[in-house]
Amino acid sequence: MSAGILITIVLVLAIVGFVLGRRRAVATAGGDGRRLHSLPGYYGQSVALFAAVPALLLMAVWLFMQPVVIDGRIGEMIPDSAVPDGGSRGLVMSDVRRIADGIEQLVDQGLVSETDLATMRADFTNVRGRLGEVGIALGSNVSPGVFEAAKVYRDANRTGGLIMTIAVLAVAAACFAWSYLRIKPDLRARNISETFVMALLIGSSLVAILTTVGIVASLVVETFHFFQMYPASEFFFSTTWNPQFRGGSDLGILPLLWGTLYVSFVALVVAVPIGLMIAIYLSEYASKTLRSLAKPAIEILAGIPTIVYGLFALITVGPFIRDWIAEPTGLGSSSSSVLTAGVVMGIMLIPFVSSLSDDIINSVPQAMRDGAYGLGATRSETIRQVVLPAALPGVVGAILLAASRAIGETMIVVLGAGAAAKLGLNPFDAMTTVTVKIVSQLTGDTEFASPETLVAFALGLTLFVFTLGLNVLALYIVRKYREQYE
Amino acid sequence: MTDATDPSAQPAAAPQRRSSLLQLDERTRRRNAAEARFRLMGLIAVTIGILAVIGLISSILFNGASSFRQTFITLDVYLDPAKLDKAGTRDPEAISKVTTFGYAPLLQKGLVDTMAAQGIALDGLTAKQAAELISKEAPAQLRRYVMADVSRIGQTVTFDVLAAGRIDGYFKGRVTMESAALDRNVSPEQLMLADRLKEAGMLRTKFNLDFFTAPDASDTRPEAAGLGVAILGSAYMMLVVLVLALPLGVAASIYLEEFAPKNRFTDLIEVNISNLAAVPSIVFGILGLAVFINFAGLPQSAPIVGGLVLTLMTLPTIIIATRASLKAVPPSIRDAALGVGASKMQSVFHHVLPLAMPGILTGTIIGLAQALGETAPLLLIGMVAFVREYPSGPPDGFFEPAAALPVQVYNWTQRGDPAFVERASGAIIVLLVFLVIMNAIAIILRRRFERRW
Repeated sequence: MSAGILITIVLVLAIVGFVLGRRRAVATAGGDGRRLHSLPGYYGQSVALFAAVPALLLMAVWLFMQPVVIDGRIGEMIPDSAVPDGGSRGLVMSDVRRIADGIEQLVDQGLVSETDLATMRADFTNVRGRLGEVGIALGSNVSPGVFEAAKVYRDANRTGGLIMTIAVLAVAAACFAWSYLRIKPDLRARNISETFVMALLIGSSLVAILTTVGIVASLVVETFHFFQMYPASEFFFSTTWNPQFRGGSDLGILPLLWGTLYVSFVALVVAVPIGLMIAIYLSEYASKTLRSLAKPAIEILAGIPTIVYGLFALITVGPFIRDWIAEPTGLGSSSSSVLTAGVVMGIMLIPFVSSLSDDIINSVPQAMRDGAYGLGATRSETIRQVVLPAALPGVVGAILLAASRAIGETMIVVLGAGAAAKLGLNPFDAMTTVTVKIVSQLTGDTEFASPETLVAFALGLTLFVFTLGLNVLALYIVRKYREQYE
Repeated sequence: MTDATDPSAQPAAAPQRRSSLLQLDERTRRRNAAEARFRLMGLIAVTIGILAVIGLISSILFNGASSFRQTFITLDVYLDPAKLDKAGTRDPEAISKVTTFGYAPLLQKGLVDTMAAQGIALDGLTAKQAAELISKEAPAQLRRYVMADVSRIGQTVTFDVLAAGRIDGYFKGRVTMESAALDRNVSPEQLMLADRLKEAGMLRTKFNLDFFTAPDASDTRPEAAGLGVAILGSAYMMLVVLVLALPLGVAASIYLEEFAPKNRFTDLIEVNISNLAAVPSIVFGILGLAVFINFAGLPQSAPIVGGLVLTLMTLPTIIIATRASLKAVPPSIRDAALGVGASKMQSVFHHVLPLAMPGILTGTIIGLAQALGETAPLLLIGMVAFVREYPSGPPDGFFEPAAALPVQVYNWTQRGDPAFVERASGAIIVLLVFLVIMNAIAIILRRRFERRW
């Protein structure tokens, strides 16, 4: 039975529970609503909640855990001889999964019966050919051990699915019956269902914590695996980045970090002065009409997806910088460069800097400006010598937030900065960043056994730590500053 | 200012007395000039900002607008029974054995015959070279047409076939005679033939509906590539995000805003949410890859995984928006409900939540719009795969491979043929149109329903 049908059954059960529970409450009270502790709907609601929620939770957990448990069991079954030299257990495992899928389809389409399957042996039957019939292409012939494992895998999956269906339905029915039978006029149904809803609310707010735990756990565990295969000192201090498919790669993070910081620096050089001046002009000089037109127009930039900026860098800014600046001056010949990515990323960050600084400048008390004007200062003097120093911590916070954005930005650098990892100062050269390499190491082949793939997790962890540090620092500064004027 | 307190400055100040109110002295002029300069700098910054918006959008529109039009060649094709149905039984099974290679000669013959009928000379080109004007996708198009109704075999049908990418590029200005001379895929003679076909009315550029409905096409057939699978995949993902993120986000905000006591635990949740809002999107992709695909065993490049990852990313946005609109509901509403005997839960669900709904929906739509444009995490969970099959209807379709709009854009930028750049810009326009619609709905909702107390 598919998961969709199972969910539908449980939900139908819940609706039935609501109607029956309500009816039973009214009936036990002899049709007199005043004898009930709660409104009749709450009796129905408590039955519905008990019927649906535990069963659905069980199902979610089961679906999540089943592959893990089965993979563990099958992994032990695969004989060492079935693992080819230089290959990994994980690769064999994915073969097992595909063969099991193929068997399932063969049986579904009636090409092989269950009894045939039981006697089918990889050393006698052409399994690869049979699987080819249903569109499962295998790279090599199937060894008997792997084929047996695939059969067991399929059986385990089917049994698991069956047990899950039974368990979910049993839980739903049992909770339904229990909560239905306990309905009495003096049952505190409103309190029960409100407590239940409260638990659901708390559970939902825990998702945020679970997400963080998931991020940290997956990054840390895989990074740990990576450092078992590759020395940490090489990773942190080597200045070459040169991954090889056949092993023996140099995976030094320094060139990537350098590229990241360089691009982010260029972006901030573009975004901070422009964004800050926009904020100053719009909050101190601009007329109401200009402000009401220009502010939303510039904030359009914040709503545009980064892939659009990436494309802009690739087809417009990159060729422009190459043809008009880099080639005439002889400084570079590549259309993807640090400058391209930096300028475009700077444009992306303008609304970020300007709207944050705008808020901060507006929150500087008017009395401070009035004091400066009273002493005869011009507007620009007031801004430069009174407003900006007062707003400085907030502006620094905004710049740090923008920097953390720039460091974590992916699509613009993937399309604009290039893929060559190098340490250099020429902004017209193509360089690469941490995010670009995460994408290139994890796109396509995701076999989790080689340091070339796992390095992406170490890069991700570095990125996570960097951006988290910047954010915490920025929030700390902003918060500290806010307290000054409130 | 310091001058006034410095006694030695007194004599120096004496000549300044001679200045009049009507004539500005040197220092005032300098200060005024600095003021004007500062103001001008501000104005320049605003202008740069607005120019950036205009430049960005016009560059995309300029590059992508042509992808909505496509060059087609109209020709009469004789569906030769001797080629398609040798047995003459009109048995669909037997006819389906004829692959697209079997249809290519029919098109070539059709093109040459139609040209002869129109009096267009080949001018030194062989029939095969002339047939290269037709897209490699066209035989498949013709085959689908025949398979839809086998009784058409034996008839002569007038058929609009796609022109090859280079020919299409020629009429859009991407390919010129000079570039064609250097190009292995097209020759200047073929372009001249295309010109003659256009004069005769056989070749037209018209609106290209296939761009929105067709699946992706391989590297050598940019003219046939479309967004169908990508739009469907994105729609599935948005559905998952909506179904998961809205209830979860609203429930979490209700707890944090209305019920949560102020203690370490709720502080932890709050810090977590504000940090998640700032985690780089690619890290969510790593999470999706490690947890949903490798640990939980969900299939790669499936909309369900993309939807789950985007849900986790959108959740902070929705929670922040929901909390703001819950906070905007005045406490008097809650007090009044409690005063007439409602429980705390009843006051929230019966009164506060309905009043906060417009704000919540606005925040949700904006969160969805963000999720729709997100690319980086989807790259890691395998959405870059080349998918030509449409995913089936829900719920099975959620587990089948699909593409996504922004990832399709990325995909096309990685192809060699420059025709794909045009396609990518076109896809961006489609994406932006969706975003504009979603944001417009959000603004209308806010204007129409938002209450101010």
